[in-house]
Amino acid sequence: MYSEKVLDHFTHPRNVGEIADADGVGTVGNPRCGDIMRFYIKVEDGRISDITFKTFGCGAAVATSSMATELIRGKTLDEALQLTNKTVIEALEGLPPQKIHCSVLAEEALRAALVDYYTKHNLPLPKELETTASCDVCCRNEPRCDK
Amino acid sequence: MFVYADNAATTPVSDAVFNAMLPWLHDRYGNPSAIYSVGREAKAAVEDARVKVASLIGARPEEIVFTAGGSESDNYALKGTAYAGRKKGRHIISTKIEHHAMLHTLEWLEKQGFEVTLLDVDSDGLVSPDDVKRAVSDNTILISVMAANNEIGTIEPIAEIGEIAAAHKIPFHTDAVQAYGHIPLNVREMNLSTLSLSAHKLRGPKGIGALYIKNGTHIDTFLHGGGQERGRRGGTENVAGIVGLGEAAYQCSLHMAEDAKRVTALRDRLIAGILPIPYSRLTGHPTRRLPGNASFCIEGIEGEAIVLTLDSLGVMASSGSACSSGSLDPSHVLMAIGLPHVVAHGSVRLSLGPQNTDAEVDYLISAVHKTAEDLRAKSPVWENNAPMWAKFE
Repeated sequence: MYSEKVLDHFTHPRNVGEIADADGVGTVGNPRCGDIMRFYIKVEDGRISDITFKTFGCGAAVATSSMATELIRGKTLDEALQLTNKTVIEALEGLPPQKIHCSVLAEEALRAALVDYYTKHNLPLPKELETTASCDVCCRNEPRCDK
Repeated sequence: MFVYADNAATTPVSDAVFNAMLPWLHDRYGNPSAIYSVGREAKAAVEDARVKVASLIGARPEEIVFTAGGSESDNYALKGTAYAGRKKGRHIISTKIEHHAMLHTLEWLEKQGFEVTLLDVDSDGLVSPDDVKRAVSDNTILISVMAANNEIGTIEPIAEIGEIAAAHKIPFHTDAVQAYGHIPLNVREMNLSTLSLSAHKLRGPKGIGALYIKNGTHIDTFLHGGGQERGRRGGTENVAGIVGLGEAAYQCSLHMAEDAKRVTALRDRLIAGILPIPYSRLTGHPTRRLPGNASFCIEGIEGEAIVLTLDSLGVMASSGSACSSGSLDPSHVLMAIGLPHVVAHGSVRLSLGPQNTDAEVDYLISAVHKTAEDLRAKSPVWENNAPMWAKFE
């Protein structure tokens, strides 16, 4: 069962779309698992001035993407680095246990977009991003997945 | 507009069934086992229902045992037949596309030392009678093939498989939960030993079903108790439920043929209206399918998201996607018909009933088109009107 907040963010997702001249783009997930998230960020004066997403996936995948972009928009890069999936879950008033991985995916998508930003702009990677794994989050938690 | 299009999950109780049940929920509360008048009238109502349930499939009334529904009936048939036959052999033949009430019971039986062969199906979901023949051994004590599949609607060649079972004198069970009351079934012509059915799939109430058990079938009692159902199923009878099932079966005996014709026409119009969506496909057999079942895969979007979007448009539907099943793999049925994961993730099932209308079908078609467009617009996979899976592998 989804909370009203999750249903609201699924039915009326915030910040859907692409940013043509994005400063960073991050894509995570894989087709076999059924979730793919892509985040686009625009950075101005050390702040995330714009953030959008495109997501292929279930209700929770869309809702966590939407909520993560809402939480991050306007934040400084340092603040963005602190976003965890827990914050996203709390803001959505909870997620069913089998959907927690969607929130992890949203966190990873943001981190992937930040890594892309730092790399593209030849900036040193903050230590918080050094551990970002490119492997698939959902599969990491699911021994049944063979990818 | 609100459209209920999940009749394979459950159906709305019909007025006839509701009215038939009402007295038995209140005024007529007797226990059918009691010998006084209010007990006798309850007993008579149960027996009247038994006749109606039996006659729809050419069975004798005494061959019908009332249960709490399809899952109990499947458990009873499998465990009861397996244990009654375990001195003869330990091998059971079934298929990969059975309902979980079957598959999980078969898994349990394997743990008890039985051997289970699950047959493959073709890309339309059909079981091959030749495969059944090849799987039979001296050790086989039960063959079980569903009459029609709940997800993709494919109707299995039960009569042909029944002939094979009869030739080898092997008990033959069918899970007919989706088929009973929707398509003609005859337990004699199909050589069936047992058949499961459930009331709530034919506009009856939930929590009541039946198991047909052919006279002379060796089957162990599943639910031990006070001797009800001629000692085959203990527990005070769910009189209102049984009356409801009886009435639902009776209504089907009156209207099944015309309903099937009308619902099939609605279904075919629905299918014809949805398939123009690019990268969409019908799942299940194109013609050998349940009258009400229209199931699809729509690429580039995910099934649970389809269901939620349709819900926001007032349409109740379901999906066999991984996310809706709570696992990473899409449904075992979609895997068994050989669909790639990326296709199976986009599954949606619309299942119609006789209460659905032409106007509702029009609305369903437009709602599914809108859903596909909306979700594809949000999907990173969808580019230039096609799914770009290769970019994400």
